[in-house]
Amino acid sequence: MSIFLDDSSKVIVQGMTGSEGMKHSQRMLASGTNIVGGVNPRKAGQQVEFDGGVSVPVFGTVAEAMEATGANVSVVFVPPKFAKAAAIEAIDAGIELLIVITEGIPVKDSAEFFNYAQAKGATRIIGPNCPGIISPGKSNAGITPANITGPGKLGLVSKSGTLTYQMMYELSDIGFTTCIGIGGDPVIGTTHIDALAAFEADPDTVGVVMIGEIGGDAEERAAAYIKDNMSKPVVGYVAGFTAPEGKTMGHAGAIVSGSAGTAQAKKEALEAAGVKVGKTPTETAELMREIIAGL
Amino acid sequence: MDLFEYQARDLFEKHGVPVLGGVVAEDPATAKAAAQQLGTPVVVVKAQVKTGGRGKAGGVKIAKSPEEAEAKAAEILGMDIKGHTVHRVMIAAGADIAEEYYFSLLLDRANRNYLAMCSVEGGVEIEQLAVERPEALARVAVDPNVGIDEAKAKEIVEAARFDAETGAKVAPVLQKLWDVYREEDATLVEVNPLVKTGAGDIVALDGKVTLDENAEFRHEDHAALVDAKDEDPLEAKAKALDLNYVKLDGEVGIIGNGAGLVMSTLDVVAYAGEEHGVKPANFLDIGGGASAEVMANGLSVILGDEQVRAVFVNVFGGITACDAVANGIVGALEKLGESENKPLVVRLDGNNVEEGRAILEKANHPLVTLADTMDGGAAQVAALAANGK
Repeated sequence: MSIFLDDSSKVIVQGMTGSEGMKHSQRMLASGTNIVGGVNPRKAGQQVEFDGGVSVPVFGTVAEAMEATGANVSVVFVPPKFAKAAAIEAIDAGIELLIVITEGIPVKDSAEFFNYAQAKGATRIIGPNCPGIISPGKSNAGITPANITGPGKLGLVSKSGTLTYQMMYELSDIGFTTCIGIGGDPVIGTTHIDALAAFEADPDTVGVVMIGEIGGDAEERAAAYIKDNMSKPVVGYVAGFTAPEGKTMGHAGAIVSGSAGTAQAKKEALEAAGVKVGKTPTETAELMREIIAGL
Repeated sequence: MDLFEYQARDLFEKHGVPVLGGVVAEDPATAKAAAQQLGTPVVVVKAQVKTGGRGKAGGVKIAKSPEEAEAKAAEILGMDIKGHTVHRVMIAAGADIAEEYYFSLLLDRANRNYLAMCSVEGGVEIEQLAVERPEALARVAVDPNVGIDEAKAKEIVEAARFDAETGAKVAPVLQKLWDVYREEDATLVEVNPLVKTGAGDIVALDGKVTLDENAEFRHEDHAALVDAKDEDPLEAKAKALDLNYVKLDGEVGIIGNGAGLVMSTLDVVAYAGEEHGVKPANFLDIGGGASAEVMANGLSVILGDEQVRAVFVNVFGGITACDAVANGIVGALEKLGESENKPLVVRLDGNNVEEGRAILEKANHPLVTLADTMDGGAAQVAALAANGK
């Protein structure tokens, strides 16, 4: 099995007709994702032709797309200015899984649409500012390259896109059930804990790699969760030991404030919870490989 | 982006939060004129620096005449407060303080909403109060879609245990501070102290505001709040080139794609550098594109850092194709020409890696070394940087 996304997922793309949306819809289709529609009110009724002879209809609204296709997943590529409206529209339509790829959304907008979704209670959000989610061999919703790794028995949850790819590559000999990039913004939908809980419940996942970075205390809270709730082995990696205080390191959420949010504190919290933490991505992969070999 | 106190004061005033008169000055003569303009018997000359503990460091002084304000400004301007040079002072009208309170509203990342904190014991180090007497600091969750309306303001002042009369005066000010938070796209609005004057008025005496840089597209006026004097020149250059760059104190220049991978690269280089006595010189994320132009821009910023002895380019091609990155490096080196003499270690993996490596091997540039792995590349570049020292 996999978590949150599988071969029965029917995916629509909000912003499919934009340049990023087109490029990544093509890539998703090539990796086997069942894309059943795009959403753009100005192009409703049109068909978009992709390489490989796939023709995807464009709908005026998310609700119409869901009604016509039975879609349950939406991937959002719309620019920051319009991302909140796009998310609210999908939440109102009751989409099950909403993946917000867009980087640069004001945190106020994310806080508003996240809390709106919580109040409605029907939508899981992944992101914003994330690569999305891939269940190798089944479906790929987002921008994760599908050719790095095949299916296998590990789970991966990460704040960072390229570190996700790096780790998928390092452990491609074992493979993954699902890899989730939860995003590097201060406010995100799905958390490390949500993903860990889902991996714990997934019978095909035998171990989980968790990648964190400076900022906030999500890793510390995940550590407490692991200690109390996880029976499966978890290996961790934290980026940003050399980050100076008060500087945003690329991701809007990656900032050490005073003595809070340091990589060292996160590493210590994870280790105190019994999680082995690698010094480098390669060492982290090696720790997981050793654990898997011993199972 | 953190604002100076005077900038926070101006935003408060714009949204109807009660503040006292305050004028910013960059030289003593302007400070004197500001004191005359304010016309109050007493003014306070306050260093404008983005750090706490100004008072203890001697950055806040009382003046009882414009001439005294001029003299105090001359003392404070140019001071160093915790590594921050004072370029400006604010001349603030003197306040008749009866009581001091605390209020802040901030993003609560863990709960993904906002948190209001309020205390009737303001004017002190709030971190200290939170540790020593947590019961004195009310914490009230604020729903981003509701904000601080009348009911929420009442809830906050009651939780902070204001007396009824004062609470009724403070509550509307909290609603105005919510307007600042929401309408300016802030992630922090802090008032310490919020004071009650002898006349019983509520005034925000000192404010701290952090604005969300992602929201700049709807706040054209926020660009004017950036402090050019405080910016590192290399960071300013990188910003002008639309590069995500942070200057650090080290010898190994770093370029990579993706914030997480670049942070990780810094760490791996720092470990490798321990035995050579070298450290990473910067954070630079070139993102997804990595065209020759972006690579050349990135290299020009990094090589403009005199401390840099060697550069590590670490790219995992996800969407980015390694051949495009390799062409970028070759093109960048051509653009930079023969004047450039700092060695580059390049590690490529992922999408089109064979093609990328082939391009670099064919170019056979004397400054470029190919690395097989990230850890290996870090060790190579650390050794090269140590040699160049």
